[in-house]
Amino acid sequence: MIKHENIETNAGLLIVLTLIVISIGGLVEIVPLFYINDTVEKVSGVRPYTPLELRGRDIYQREGCYLCHSQMVRPFRDEWLRYGHYSLAAESQYDHPFQWGSKRTGPDLARVGGKYSNAWHVAHLINPRDVVPQSIMPNYPWLQTTDLDYSDVQARMRALKRTGVPYSETQAEYDHNVATFGPETANKLDILHAEENLMQQALANDYDGQRDRVTEMDALVAYLQVLGTMVDFSRYDEGYFAEFR
Amino acid sequence: MSDKKARSQGAVQTTGHAWDGDIQEFNNPLPTWWLWAFYATVVFALIYWVLYPAWPVGGSFTKGLFNDITFVDSDGSVKTTHWNTRALLIRDLKEGEEARLSAEYMSKVADASYAQILADPEMMAYTRSVAKGLFGDNCAACHGSGGQGVIGLFPNLADDAWLWGGSIDQIHKTIAEGRYGFMPAFRDTFNDKQLRDVASYVLSLSGNKVDNAARARGEKIFQTQEGGCHYCHTPAGTGLKSQGAADLTDQIWTIADVNGTDDPAVKLERVEKVISGGVQRQMPHWSERLTPAQIKLLTVYVHELGGGQ
Repeated sequence: MIKHENIETNAGLLIVLTLIVISIGGLVEIVPLFYINDTVEKVSGVRPYTPLELRGRDIYQREGCYLCHSQMVRPFRDEWLRYGHYSLAAESQYDHPFQWGSKRTGPDLARVGGKYSNAWHVAHLINPRDVVPQSIMPNYPWLQTTDLDYSDVQARMRALKRTGVPYSETQAEYDHNVATFGPETANKLDILHAEENLMQQALANDYDGQRDRVTEMDALVAYLQVLGTMVDFSRYDEGYFAEFR
Repeated sequence: MSDKKARSQGAVQTTGHAWDGDIQEFNNPLPTWWLWAFYATVVFALIYWVLYPAWPVGGSFTKGLFNDITFVDSDGSVKTTHWNTRALLIRDLKEGEEARLSAEYMSKVADASYAQILADPEMMAYTRSVAKGLFGDNCAACHGSGGQGVIGLFPNLADDAWLWGGSIDQIHKTIAEGRYGFMPAFRDTFNDKQLRDVASYVLSLSGNKVDNAARARGEKIFQTQEGGCHYCHTPAGTGLKSQGAADLTDQIWTIADVNGTDDPAVKLERVEKVISGGVQRQMPHWSERLTPAQIKLLTVYVHELGGGQ
């Protein structure tokens, strides 16, 4: 029988027992999250980012956008009216790390995709006050003049693949993606053709308005334009989402 | 070490430990009321755990007890579930007092014609207050919170110049269906001299002083097949609204910032730049994002910003 006194006078034992007690608390809170699938809505349309969008997301993180912008519309009336449908857990299932955030110095961006034109985003990112006079957002003019470095895009996709994002490398993984997302999307998730796909998307959409080059602006705008657009909410009754809570 | 040494502090008990010979620990009992309050919170927590959705169990979680919420789903069916914020939101959006009042006015607006809305002070008051929020949320990012626009990028909605027309019907169409403003780039068609000539003529249309010889040469290019400018901008230069072609005869400039400088050479340069590079501007369509009634409110609001025709 261990006496209280023996524990308190034995630093090594105290450390071990403390770790055990704290671990139990942590495990009880964390472990269920790995198994609790009932809270992730079953919706179609959510897919991992294309290589270009993925680079845009990395730039979003590099520039610290998340410090002022959240990406989670909460299920409140005022947020519904301003931003649109509240965010679903399913919508950030491929985000590692997720960009929910809790600090809104700027507006929430979870549903910004398609809300403004590419030209607006370009003008706004170069100097926000050109389009929103009262804005306090910093300028990001270098995005428009810095060529996008996509030499390591395959490695970035592989890193995400290890966390569970279904980018494909083998034929079996590709076939699985075709079955899950359809052939068109599956092609964009193919790691082996990442550079090719990235260039194709950037040149076809010309997000930054500079036809002859692919800049960081292309990537970031591509990312912003896809945010919150993957789920077609007209296909579901509102009550359906309440079943997951 | 549990030898009960003499109590050093009168009536206060010690824990009985003695460290380094004479260092002891007081054992002051907790106040009874505090202790019972603590037990009460424990009991409260246990009850709360049961009543409130809380415990993860397998792939799901406990839903709590006695916390049903009933709401009307999108398809009209009535559903009851354990309490959660999503169900609460659905109920709030449908049955909340704000929502009911708003729906009442909205249906009134949806049923009314534009002429009826414009003539009815009560509906106009509602339009102004609601559309202001809609405008701020959806339109102000580009057109500015007062509709003043940004020269070179987004048109001013508060002045009398309209690229696509300023009547109620035209504004409605612009908002609902969007617009794609396009002027071809002439950098490969015109040489530098021709660019200067056409720009001179264009500037002369709104009364700017330009070189007369250049103006005459430019007019020829503008009005003939050579440039073909008159197809969209019309021979008089007033612009076809159906093409979104700018009126070049007024003093209002939406793309080249002509009024922003007094230097004639800079004015020329700015107009040349537009002719050389062309214009591609897109106004998104809102019919999928906004309801028909919301578009109606916005149409009236934009019409009333100052330039409605």
